[in-house]
Amino acid sequence: MSTVVEVRNLHVTALTDSGREVEILKGIDLDIADGETLALIGESGSGKTTLALTLMGYCRAGCSITGGQIRIAGRDVTVMSETERAALRGKQVAYVPQSAAAAFDPLQKIIDQVTEVARIHGLMPVRAARKKAVELFRALALPDPETIGARYPHQVSGGQLQRLSAAMALMGDPEIMIFDEPTTALDVTTQIEVLRAFKSVIRSRNMAGVYVSHDLAVVAQMADRILVMQDGEMQEIGTTQRILTNPQHEYTEALIAAVHPAARALAEPRVGEADQPILEVERITAGYGSVGKGKDRMPQMIAVKDVSLRLMPGHNLGVIGESGSGKSTLARTIAGLLPQASGSVRFKGVELPTTVQQRTKGQLRELQIVFQSADTALNPNKSVRSILSRPLRFYHGLKGAEINARVLELLDKVHLPRSLMHRLPGELSGGQKQRVNLARALAAEPQVVLCDEITSALDTVVAAAILELLGELQRELGLSYVFISHDLKTIEAICDQVMVMYHGVKVEEMPTSRMKEGAEHPYSRRLISSVPQLDTGWLDGVTQEPGDLPAAMDG
Amino acid sequence: MAISIPSTRKYGFRMNVVGAFGALIILFWVAIAIFAPHITPYPVGKIVDFNNFAPMSSKDLLGTDYLGRDMLSRIIMGARYTVGISAAGVTLACTIGVTLGMIAAVVGGIFDNVLSRFMDALLSMPSLLFGLVVVAGVGSSIKVLILTLAVIYAPGSFRFARSLAVNFNAMDFVTVARARGEGILYLISEEIFPNIIGPVFADFGLRFVFIVLLLSGLSFLGLGVQPPQADWGALVRQNLGGLSYGAPAVVFPSIAIASLTIAVNMVIDNLPQRIRDRIEQ
Repeated sequence: MSTVVEVRNLHVTALTDSGREVEILKGIDLDIADGETLALIGESGSGKTTLALTLMGYCRAGCSITGGQIRIAGRDVTVMSETERAALRGKQVAYVPQSAAAAFDPLQKIIDQVTEVARIHGLMPVRAARKKAVELFRALALPDPETIGARYPHQVSGGQLQRLSAAMALMGDPEIMIFDEPTTALDVTTQIEVLRAFKSVIRSRNMAGVYVSHDLAVVAQMADRILVMQDGEMQEIGTTQRILTNPQHEYTEALIAAVHPAARALAEPRVGEADQPILEVERITAGYGSVGKGKDRMPQMIAVKDVSLRLMPGHNLGVIGESGSGKSTLARTIAGLLPQASGSVRFKGVELPTTVQQRTKGQLRELQIVFQSADTALNPNKSVRSILSRPLRFYHGLKGAEINARVLELLDKVHLPRSLMHRLPGELSGGQKQRVNLARALAAEPQVVLCDEITSALDTVVAAAILELLGELQRELGLSYVFISHDLKTIEAICDQVMVMYHGVKVEEMPTSRMKEGAEHPYSRRLISSVPQLDTGWLDGVTQEPGDLPAAMDG
Repeated sequence: MAISIPSTRKYGFRMNVVGAFGALIILFWVAIAIFAPHITPYPVGKIVDFNNFAPMSSKDLLGTDYLGRDMLSRIIMGARYTVGISAAGVTLACTIGVTLGMIAAVVGGIFDNVLSRFMDALLSMPSLLFGLVVVAGVGSSIKVLILTLAVIYAPGSFRFARSLAVNFNAMDFVTVARARGEGILYLISEEIFPNIIGPVFADFGLRFVFIVLLLSGLSFLGLGVQPPQADWGALVRQNLGGLSYGAPAVVFPSIAIASLTIAVNMVIDNLPQRIRDRIEQ
C-alpha cells in the first residue's frame, strides 16, 4: 500500500474581525494510505473541517496555510498555483459537504449538477457522463437510478440528496474522498442507508477517504483509523479498534463516555405521587394552514393526530420520532402556541385553555418550554442578565437587588460562571447558550419543562454535560420533563418512559428500560435498530428491511 | 462576590472621516436653525437694498432677493423651516410606520392584511400629487405640512419595518416570550425593536432626505411655507427670476438644500460600526 496523503507540520491561521491572528491548526502530521479511511473527530471549533479542506488546497475566507506541507500523491498542494489546484479538486480529491441541501442549486436538474464535474474538467462527453452518473446512482442504491437525475433537488429526500452529492463527488474518479459530517443532519433511519451506500462505494473502489464527524459511533463504522482533534491539535491517532477499546487521551475517553450518557438514577417515587398525573394530554389533534369549512373544523395540514400522553410528577417522558413526525408540534400545542383542533391538555387535573392569551400567568409559569437552537432562542441584543431577569420580573414581580441575587443563583444552578452575566449571547459558546436557555425556563420556577431537541445541536460531549445538568436539576427542584428528541441515546439517558411518534401519530409507548427488546411496532423497532453502536462491525451486521412500514396516518 | 465589569466592546460609536464630516454639516445646520433669530443680520421681511438681485457685498453677504431683502437672513431663517419641518415630519412618519409595522408583523392575520393593504394604497399615490391635493384642499400651515409629509412617508417606513420584524417574529426568542405570556407592547419594544434599530436608523436618514426634497418641491410650487416666511425651496422659487443674472439669491438656497441632503447621506453611508453591524445581521 502506498501513501496517498502526507501532511507534515501543518499550520493554518485565521484573521479574526478584530484583526487578531488565531492559529486554527497547530502542527498536524498525518498519512493516509491507499484504500484507507481516516476519521477526523472532535467538537465544533476543533479544526477538523479546516484540516479536511486543506487537503484540497483550500482555505476558507480569512484563513491561510502558514506552514507545513500537504502532499497529495507526492505533489505538494501548498506550492501549487491556483490553476493546478483547480485541476486537482474534483478529479483527485473530492468533497461531500455536510448539508447536501445547501450544496445543490435548487434551479438546476440533479443530473446536470452531478455531471458538472466532468464538464468542468473536460473528462468525457456529456452522453458518457450521464451514463456514468446513472451507474453511480445505482451503486449508491438510489431508487429509480435511470430517472432520478431528471428531478430537481427539492423533489428528493434529504438522505437521497446526500447520496447524490456523493455521486457528484465520484464523477471525477477521485483518489481521495472527503466526507464532511455527511450524515449529521439526517435522521438515524436515513443515516443508516447513507452510511451503507458510502461504505460500499469506498470499499469497491478502494479509495482513500477522510471522514469528518463528531459522532464516534458513526465513525466507528466508516473508518480504519481515527484522529482525535481538540483546539487544532492532534490528541490521539490510532486504529479504530484501538481508539475504541483502549483510548489514551482523556478527551477520547470523554467522547466515548458521551456516546452512552450515564443513565440517570431514577428519582425515588414520592408518597402519593401515583394518584394524579401532572400533565395529561388527551387525544390532541393539531396542524397548520387554514381551518376547514366542514363541521369538524380541521386544519389543512394535520401534524399531530389523536395523541394522548400522561406525565407523572418527578418522571420524564421521552418523545421520539424522525423529523416531520409531529414531535415539535405536540410541544407547541401543549405550550399553547398552536391551538389544538380537538382534544384537551390538563395540568394538575385542570384543563388548560388552548391559547397562551387565555391561560393565567400561574398556568404559564408552571409549564415552560425550552427550544432546540439556543442561537435563535436568545435575543442577540440582550445580555444574559436581562434575559434571565425578565421572567423573574414577569412572573414573580421581583425588583432591583432581588433580581440580581436571583440571576446569580440561577447561573450557579446551571453551572455558568457569574462573570457571564453581562455578556451578549453572541459571546457565549453553544453549550453556554443552552444553559442560559435552560436557566431562563428555571427562572419561572416551573413544574414541567418541555425540552424540544435541546441537545441536538450540541457536540456529544457538551450534550452529555447538559443531560447531566437536567438530571441534577430534576433531583434538586423536583421537575418533570417532556423530552423531545430524535436521538434515542439522549432519551435513554434521561427518560423513564418513551413514546414513539411516526407521521403525526403515537405508535407506541413503553418504559425506556424495555425499549431495546420490547418494541412492538415495526417503526419503533427500525428506529431502535438504526442507532449506531460503538462497535466496528455494527453497520455490516444490522439487518433492516426498508420500505415496509404502514402509512400511519391512515389509521 | 466576584462580578466582573462589563467587557468593553471593541468598536464603539466611532465614525470615519466622511461620516464625521457629514455629521458636522448636519450639526451646523441644526445650530443655525436653533439660533436663527439671534444671528440674522437683518429682520427677514425687511427690504435692505433698493437693488434687487444684488451681488454679494460686505453689506449683504449673500446678496439680496427679488425684493431687495437680505439673502443671508432669509437662508438662516429658512433653515428653521426646512430642518424643523423635515425633522418633525420624518420623526412622525418613522414612529408611526415602524410601530405599526412591528405590530402588524407580531399580530399577523387579518389585522396585518387589512393594515398592509391600506398602507399599499397610500403608497401607490404619487407623493407630490398627494401633497398638492391635501395642501390645496386644507390650506397650508406648518401643522398641515408636517402631517402631510408624515402620512406620505409613513407607509414606506411601515413596509420596511414590517419586513424586518417578520423575520425576527419567527425566531425562537420571540416564541419563548410569547409562551411566557408577554403582551404585544413588550414583544415589539423589547424583543424586536432592538434587533431592527440599525436598519431603521438608515431608513430614517434616507426618508429625511426625501422629505427635505419633497418639502422644497412643495414650497417651490408655492404650497409650502407661506410668505413672508420662506424655507429653502420657497427661496429658490421666489428668486428663480434671478437665475439669468447669475444672482446669488437663487444659488445659495440650492447649495443649502444640497449640502444638507448630501451630508445626511454621507452619515448614513458611514454609520458607526456598531449600528452597521446590526444592519448586516
